[in-house]
Amino acid sequence: MSMTRRTFTAASVAAAAAFFALPKTATAQEVQAAMDAFTGGAELGSDGITLIAPEIAENGNTVPIEVDAPGAEAIMVFAAGNPLPEVVTFNFGPAAGSQHATTRVRLAGEQEVIAIARKADGTFVSARQNVRVTIGGCGG
Amino acid sequence: MADGVTARVRAPREASAGEVVSVRCLINHTMESGQRRDDDGNVIPRSIINRFTCDFNGQNVIDVALEPAISTNPYFQFDALVNESGTFNFTWYDDDGDVYEEASEITVS
Repeated sequence: MSMTRRTFTAASVAAAAAFFALPKTATAQEVQAAMDAFTGGAELGSDGITLIAPEIAENGNTVPIEVDAPGAEAIMVFAAGNPLPEVVTFNFGPAAGSQHATTRVRLAGEQEVIAIARKADGTFVSARQNVRVTIGGCGG
Repeated sequence: MADGVTARVRAPREASAGEVVSVRCLINHTMESGQRRDDDGNVIPRSIINRFTCDFNGQNVIDVALEPAISTNPYFQFDALVNESGTFNFTWYDDDGDVYEEASEITVS
């Protein structure tokens, strides 16, 4: 088949569509549902939890994040703009020296990262941080 | 994914009793998210490490549930409380059923 201008245009459009057909991001309801699954719909306080994430991440494939919540039993991290909002859950055992942990995560684009800690008394606290991502970490 | 998986752990060899020590660990793993597509448009199936645990002398230090949003070659840093000499046991659980283990000794004076 010879490449006419029409077929070339159609092929380019198809290629561009395939390139930009990135996974859809989670809806606000899905993010809320994921958070409720962890908290049971409890009220969220804001004291006693620290989330450290960069304001601008150059590469969404490895974004360093750090959570710290003294007295927490568990800390769960969510990414509101990823295809799947859940990121990681840290459960601290009796031999933990502090309720502090660091890891590296994938972020699909500019979005809010949310950390929620479950305290030993059963209350929940959360912290949020907006992260701008230059190169997304999903699909592609 | 069993091939070429190497776990690396960095924990102090010596500490004083009751000290809080920092532990770092890294494991080679592609952490295929299940969101990517190959050149033909087919979804590449998910293949990740879904759980990581660290125990000290049988007591749990940290138990982490990993989701596909964790980066390639998962890295963790956390703190452990050491009251006595003993062994840190690190375990990673792969989606395909493989389990990777690593240990590190510590002498407490």
